[in-house]
Amino acid sequence: MTSTPTRGCTRRGFLRAAGMTGGLALLAPRLLLANAATERRFVFVIQRGAADGLDTLVPYADPAYAALRGGLAIDASAAHRLDGSFALHPALNEAANLFAAKQALFVHAVASPYRERSHFDGQNVLETGGAAPHRLKDGWLNRLAALLPSDGREPLALASTVPTALRGDAKVASYAPSALPDASDDLLLRVGQLYASDPLLGSLWESALRTRGIAGEAVGGPGTARRDAEAIGTLAAGFLARPDGPRIAMIETQGWDTHSRQQARLATHLGALDRLLGALRDGLGPAWAQTVVLVATEFGRTASINGTGGTDHGTGSAAMLVGGAVKGGRVLADWPGLAPGDLYEGRDLRPTMDLDALIASAVGECFSLEPGMVARTLFPRSGRRATLPSLLRS
Amino acid sequence: MNTPRNVDPHVAIAINRFGLGAAAGAALPADPRRWLLRQLDTYEALPPAWAATPGTLQSLRAQAQLQALGGEGNEAAARTAEHKRVRDRIREGHAVDVRARFASALDTSTPFIERLVHFWANHFAVSVEKPAVEALAGAFERDAIRPHVLGRFEDLLVAAERHPAMLLYLDQPQSAGPDSLAARRAARRDGRARGLNENLAREILELHTLGVRGGYDQDDVTELARALTGWSVVTAGAAGQAGAAPTWPDAPGFVFRAVLHEPGSRRVLGRDYPQADEGQALAILHDLATSEATARYLAGKLARHFVSDTPPRALVDRLVGAFLRSGGQLTDVYRALVESPEAWAPAPAPAKFKTPWDWLLSAMRGTGLAERSALQPDRLLVQLGQPVWRPGSPAGFEDTAAAWAAPDALMRRVEMAQRLARHAGADVDARALGPVLLPGVLSQATADEVARAESPTSALALLLMSPEFMRR
Repeated sequence: MTSTPTRGCTRRGFLRAAGMTGGLALLAPRLLLANAATERRFVFVIQRGAADGLDTLVPYADPAYAALRGGLAIDASAAHRLDGSFALHPALNEAANLFAAKQALFVHAVASPYRERSHFDGQNVLETGGAAPHRLKDGWLNRLAALLPSDGREPLALASTVPTALRGDAKVASYAPSALPDASDDLLLRVGQLYASDPLLGSLWESALRTRGIAGEAVGGPGTARRDAEAIGTLAAGFLARPDGPRIAMIETQGWDTHSRQQARLATHLGALDRLLGALRDGLGPAWAQTVVLVATEFGRTASINGTGGTDHGTGSAAMLVGGAVKGGRVLADWPGLAPGDLYEGRDLRPTMDLDALIASAVGECFSLEPGMVARTLFPRSGRRATLPSLLRS
Repeated sequence: MNTPRNVDPHVAIAINRFGLGAAAGAALPADPRRWLLRQLDTYEALPPAWAATPGTLQSLRAQAQLQALGGEGNEAAARTAEHKRVRDRIREGHAVDVRARFASALDTSTPFIERLVHFWANHFAVSVEKPAVEALAGAFERDAIRPHVLGRFEDLLVAAERHPAMLLYLDQPQSAGPDSLAARRAARRDGRARGLNENLAREILELHTLGVRGGYDQDDVTELARALTGWSVVTAGAAGQAGAAPTWPDAPGFVFRAVLHEPGSRRVLGRDYPQADEGQALAILHDLATSEATARYLAGKLARHFVSDTPPRALVDRLVGAFLRSGGQLTDVYRALVESPEAWAPAPAPAKFKTPWDWLLSAMRGTGLAERSALQPDRLLVQLGQPVWRPGSPAGFEDTAAAWAAPDALMRRVEMAQRLARHAGADVDARALGPVLLPGVLSQATADEVARAESPTSALALLLMSPEFMRR
């Protein structure tokens, strides 16, 4: 699978390279329900703040790129060249290694159905899977959890509060390293009695106690984990690697809203993301072969730089699938081009791939679920539901 | 300590839902509505706790000095004694501001208005995640928010948008009109183009006035960004001039730089603004501040903050009416809120889940811990996930149970409740305190658990963790 920065024949090229047509995708054999014995892990890393796809997955062969980015353009000779069209930001060393090992797949010019430029709404669409902001109350990761057999292995948010993608009827756990002294067992027990008849607090408390039990073993007690990206990656891997641990996790990253000084800030945050991915791989050990990590953001940034060395809110961006279960070493893109007439509303990378389809296909393959059913459940909106088959190793 | 039974449940609603929780030892209000409305007349914009804080100009001078010495992140500069001295002064100023925020919230006799200060400071959120804001976040609340919470919304809006903290947080000083004098000069000098930064304009429309679906489009954002060019922050020299008459006496630290301003008439939301100077953006802000979309957005947010995560439509409509009839006079909106029957509906139906800030403040007020500075409440709030003046984004901290009621968050509150109870000491009798903090709403089940606790410390921690105390 390759990509090309010229318009026209690219979509057909993509379908051919994927070895699929629309009809074949529907006939591909899939189980209807989740495989209870799954060893697969799925990790969703959200980049809050609209990460710039153009400097992450650099379309160095597109002649308009350097012109749009001016002095801030990523130098292709310093970046990790992936194919004849795209290069990876120099800070993404682990990601480049994973690509070389065919364990990373990148997707470009991708977007959720959201076409405005509010973080709030964009993240809501990305996390709920709705067609428009605030149409759905629960998140697609929560609905995904509901599709999997209930075996007490609740999805886990590495955060002190539950992000929208994980909110909903299915039970989830949340955990963040704490620097506070442990409460006594007696107090914990009594709080449980206090909440026994409170519908909201009762179930939250049960989950808190269960997570605390796992967390103590995973990180050697609360307060020891450093809250940097690597530690979060190691921490998440500690949960996910356990045979009885959660199979779904969500990690939130921030700092992607680069209105000014983008070059330095993006390098810092991509570097942190890269260490997080490396720590996940190292921490998961043999379980890495069963793991799929999706990295995605709510929308992209303007194609050209603004007056303050940054970029403003845009539309199309890049996404990543990494993990031992990923059929990697590929860039998927129906490249729309960056010439003035090719930009969305004259300013943004035009989205040509559907982020919802990417997510639905990835989790469908990950957990051996029927793709149409996954798409309907996670992204229940009207219209055509495309799929992107053969993302993972079968 | 009195232990009221059969007390009017409106008393608990007044002190918890509208206020910051009962202060240990303080008398309960006899007439809840009147108690709230009287606070509109007795509120102090600059109470003693805030009088000792650095204020905008002093903070700005320190920030400018730091910049002149090489700014943040310059390791070579950071090793010099002068850099360290200025850096320490900024840090200490910030700590003084944080303490002032806690002290005024803990000691206040107008907790309803204090809560409104917190509400508006969060509506116009700035974050010390950006180093330049660290010196100025407290000054922003002191000089832009506190004096205007009982005035017209337009004045509050203008004060917030012109404050250096907001301008720096949202990248405004670097924004230049592409056809401005400064940009044309710079282009001639080095061939580099200077340009717009849309950040402030977007957040004004999306977060501060119309709301995210308020009917504006990308062109409106860009046009407002153009109108805002020139809105900037005074330089170190100007801030440092002792006794120099400020150009904008009501907007400390603000300056309009005509050379950055994009020339020409602007068109926002279908209306033309031909003004040539800083008045152009002011005229747009005036129309935004008085529009129906803004009234509806603000009414919804206020109703959500005080009454329910899903506020009743009738209540929101009533607040919108009060806003529009009065031209955005905020006291009229607050009066309508206090006089609305929906605001007094008893728990549990509309009860609000306390944010970490709400919960910690009410716990400290309730246990009489106001004077215990050893607690370092600002650090406790970091642990609870809501650090002072550090929301993750310009949207501010979230205001619903879905954002804060989570397993791990509860576990942290238990750990914190245990620590607070230890600080409060064994002489606080939680069995007697319960009915004072939660008059008329303390359940028998909670009273029984508190009474059954193995120690006074555990009993107090349990009271602070009770379902009733978790909500307001």
